[in-house]
Amino acid sequence: MKFNLKVWRQKNANTAGKLVDYTIDQINEDMSFLEMVDVLNDNLVRKGEDPIAFDHDCREGICGMCSMYISGRAHGPQHGATTCQLYMRKFKDGDTIYVEPWRARAFPIVKDLVVDRGAFDRIIAAGGFVSANTGQAQDANNLPVNKDDAEKAMDAAACIGCGACVAACKNASAMLFVSAKVSHLALLPQGEPERNRRALAMVAQMDAEGFGNCTNTGACEAECPKEIKLVNIARLNREYANAAFASETQI
Amino acid sequence: MTGSTKNTNYLLGSSIGRKFLMGLTGLFLVTFLLVHCFINAMVFFDGTGALFNEYAHFMGTNIIIRIMEIGLFAGLLAHIIDGLWLWKLNKDARPENYAYSQPNANSKWYSRSMGLLGTLLLIFLILHLVHFWVPSRITGLAESAVPGVHDLYAEMFTVFANPIIVAIYVLAQFSLGFHLLHGFQSAFQSLGLNHTKYNALIKTVGIGYSILIPFIFALMPIVIYLRH
Repeated sequence: MKFNLKVWRQKNANTAGKLVDYTIDQINEDMSFLEMVDVLNDNLVRKGEDPIAFDHDCREGICGMCSMYISGRAHGPQHGATTCQLYMRKFKDGDTIYVEPWRARAFPIVKDLVVDRGAFDRIIAAGGFVSANTGQAQDANNLPVNKDDAEKAMDAAACIGCGACVAACKNASAMLFVSAKVSHLALLPQGEPERNRRALAMVAQMDAEGFGNCTNTGACEAECPKEIKLVNIARLNREYANAAFASETQI
Repeated sequence: MTGSTKNTNYLLGSSIGRKFLMGLTGLFLVTFLLVHCFINAMVFFDGTGALFNEYAHFMGTNIIIRIMEIGLFAGLLAHIIDGLWLWKLNKDARPENYAYSQPNANSKWYSRSMGLLGTLLLIFLILHLVHFWVPSRITGLAESAVPGVHDLYAEMFTVFANPIIVAIYVLAQFSLGFHLLHGFQSAFQSLGLNHTKYNALIKTVGIGYSILIPFIFALMPIVIYLRH
């Protein structure tokens, strides 16, 4: 397969970037998008050019590193998949493919397609954890959890923090990410003692990082590789309302 | 959890708080539209306009309604200011746009265009207030056949004699319809009222409301124009 690529190249956070055209040939349709970029980079290195910097790690759809805005979509046109799980057979031979980094004020560009998602780490550090030392894992049924709640918590915990929700949102809002992290703990007894403080602290940190405000367009849900649902955002709104207006908790 | 951010302004000082305000004022305006639509629908039932004038007289003179009108303007103003503020904050959250984007693949155009639709509605609303609210409350209207009752219907009859004005009113209802189509459901979501038991109801009522209310409103200038 042959492709025309328009890839965002940017030296560092302080210089302006631009789209650079590349053509690539003899691509196997069963290659992942990242493997296609590997081949392109191999070509660039052989020509003595600077290879395209991009984030990647596990290449099996669970680490959330491979942030690329491909053909106008977060992680490209494959539903419920990260870039490493996007295969070239999803494209047509001869396609022109745009590849850009996540764009958000809170995700500054480090180089080319690599962005700094440290904002997510700081949101987690603000409250996305349980403080109590729990010791070793207990017997499974020591702490009874409703099956339904366990499922919902598990679905929310599937969030890999990739930032596709921010990238896809017209407001660059991080609400789906924060709502998944708040939901996963709010639904379980271990998260109960700190739930008010957690909601307030994580939302305050989210706002301080410069993410936008959610306007419920649903773009995040549609683009999330782990199919995190909008109901989590509604739950976060409830958690926040409770903590801010009904509880005595202050942060 | 040692959050250094000391923030006790939970309503206006947080993204979720600003959304609460947007949803609450939005739903408040939704209830206003229902009353407004019901009162104005009286023009359909009486070609002389006497029935409509009678209802309009009650709304214009009843002390409780008069006090609520202040609340209505306050709610409307809060909705507009909060909306513009959110639009600005959200624009700033992405300083550099994508060179190539396919937003239609993941969301509806009207859900992304609430600011634009709202601005169109605001422009229409100013025109609408100049047409009816200003003469009925400030500059004064002629008396109808019933002593002491303003002839607001005659004002409608005059305004809607112009087909261009009729067209503007009808087009504005499309803005209203799409604004509501997203806004109605969005308000519930913002207030955290997304629940498997009620979602289907909220969705159905939202779609029905967003089609029916603007349709009835659009019918009014057309019917009155045709009575000429």
